[in-house]
Amino acid sequence: MVYICTKNSVSLYCSLFRIIMSDTLTPNLNHSNPLNTLNKTPTGISGLDQITLGGLPTGRPTLICGSAGCGKTLFSLEFIIRGAQEFNEPGVFIAFEEKAEELATNVASLGFDLNKLQEDKKIKIDYIHVDRSEIEETGEYDLEGLFIRLDYAIDSIGAKRVVLDTIENLFSGLSNQTILRAELRRLFQWLKDKGVTAIITGERGESSLTRQGLEEYVSDCVILLDHRIINQISTRRLRVVKYRGSVHGTNEYPFLIDEEGISVLPVTSLKLNKPVSSESTSSGINALDEMLSKRGFYRGSSILVSGTAGTGKTSIAASFAHETCNRGEKCLFFAFEESPQQIIRNMHSIGMNLEKHVDDGLLQFYSSRPTLYGLEMHLVAIHKAIRKFNPSVVVLDPITNLITVGTVSEVKAMLVRLIDFLQEEQITVMFTALTLNTVINEQTDEGVSSLVDAWLLIKDIELNGERNRGLYIMKSRGMQHSNQVREFVITSDGLDLVDVYLGPEGVLIGSAREAQKLLEETGQVLHTHAITRKDRELLRKRKVLQSKIDSLQTEFESTEEELNKIYIEEDLKKEIMEQNRQKVTDIRRGGNK
Amino acid sequence: MYELRLYVAGKTTKSVTALSNLKKYCEEHMQGEYSIEVIDLLTHPQLAEGDQILAIPTLVKKVPEPVRKIIGDLSNKEKVLVGLDIRPK
Repeated sequence: MVYICTKNSVSLYCSLFRIIMSDTLTPNLNHSNPLNTLNKTPTGISGLDQITLGGLPTGRPTLICGSAGCGKTLFSLEFIIRGAQEFNEPGVFIAFEEKAEELATNVASLGFDLNKLQEDKKIKIDYIHVDRSEIEETGEYDLEGLFIRLDYAIDSIGAKRVVLDTIENLFSGLSNQTILRAELRRLFQWLKDKGVTAIITGERGESSLTRQGLEEYVSDCVILLDHRIINQISTRRLRVVKYRGSVHGTNEYPFLIDEEGISVLPVTSLKLNKPVSSESTSSGINALDEMLSKRGFYRGSSILVSGTAGTGKTSIAASFAHETCNRGEKCLFFAFEESPQQIIRNMHSIGMNLEKHVDDGLLQFYSSRPTLYGLEMHLVAIHKAIRKFNPSVVVLDPITNLITVGTVSEVKAMLVRLIDFLQEEQITVMFTALTLNTVINEQTDEGVSSLVDAWLLIKDIELNGERNRGLYIMKSRGMQHSNQVREFVITSDGLDLVDVYLGPEGVLIGSAREAQKLLEETGQVLHTHAITRKDRELLRKRKVLQSKIDSLQTEFESTEEELNKIYIEEDLKKEIMEQNRQKVTDIRRGGNK
Repeated sequence: MYELRLYVAGKTTKSVTALSNLKKYCEEHMQGEYSIEVIDLLTHPQLAEGDQILAIPTLVKKVPEPVRKIIGDLSNKEKVLVGLDIRPK
């Protein structure tokens, strides 16, 4: 790898390197090979199966630990429920804390019907109550009762999955630690012998993974759940601490609990070998298309539109979305600053009817304040929304306020993952970003400019006491683009780029341009006027000359006639003279005959 | 009238010890005003759920209230009697 040593780049490359190292992974769920590798049980929890490359180890216990409220019970419940619903593996849930009815209500909000599953004998929920006040320990005992109950429950439905949540309650009920620990060891061995895939949940301890040190006994696979509050924003993270017998992603992965259960951020293959397309999609502004040699942006590429406040970035993004919907493709618009109704109303005033696209189901708005979630959660939420809606174009407007929830490098890392995911799916994405007025550099605050394939910059140009907008294409990978700064206008008919106006002093924009235009037009009119005047004069002169010619012509003709007359007279005279002479001669000669 | 239930899992030494101990204490302190029911969970596993049985052997005192569970082979007489709410004579 080439390391370019600037502060941001180093952290980016380090995080990329780390991700790549752990991500030479391709999920391989149905894997049979001669070396008898570990079988895995898919959990059905989205994203988790990819991180663990197939799921939890089959026939072995997995420890899930985390502090209170991390989602351990939900996690294990989803494991059982999805196992029963999606993979046809019945499961037993042994609850030490909540009663069966409580559990049913708790998961009802996720759309899981626990009661029905119990009736169908797909799930068995057993509640084991350990109340210290009821118990008196006298002499030797063992926990055979627990084994018997477990055995009975598993055999009654043929369960392949078991959850013990949380077995640490036994420690608070029974005081004889020696017996308890010995029995626990025996229990986990028994579970292995029984061949069920088990999940054991445990509370996070101060110095150890679990309070009671369960990790001694359950050490085939350990998953840690975490719930952190950073800058008043909570993020849930998951980490596979240990997984015997398998490669796994070792990073912390953010996950989200919502109305569909747990979603872990899926790992995208960050090997930079994604498919690319040579098709181009129009930007929605004709003049802009003309500035690009391919008449639009490449499909599956990423475009950044940056500019200072009020320069029309949202309008450009909206017109891109509008164009996409006009072509009949779906667009997902993530609005982080304005509400969807606001955007629709604002775009209506410039001639874009976005409401129609929303009604047709081609345009979907997803709006939230960036401070609502942490960065990672945003990424997960974006992933979910995209997977559900399947758009061909995604717009994020703006990405700048994501900085309020993360540092620059974190935002950049998040955007890298997002862009990678979108490129893989061949989804074109447009980001808008705010640049600050005071900064003259050409680098956006997020340092995103190096990641995107095309970058449009809208600049405020102040000249002659007014401000106008100039748009230019900073870069567009893979195609030629015009290097002109065109004036960008927002009219009630839409967006347009006005032709560059070259006046005698250089490029003119705004009112100076209008003034120059007027000047030239007046000049033109005057010029035409002058010409028409000259024309008329010419005509008159022509007439005069024509009449002169005519009179000369008649003179000429009359002179000609006169000359002709003289010639004829002369001829006549000559002839008569000849005749006379002849006659005279004749007369003279005639006497002598 | 004491209603006592002893849960065992097969004929293990602990179970046998518990049963014999129980019979001894009952004879000593309750003189006929008791009934002992022995439930073998190996034959009837589903009954473990009702009384929330975890440990074996477990003695459950159902009547009189409150319900008490005494686990172990009952070799500690004091604790058993305290658990059964019987003052030692």
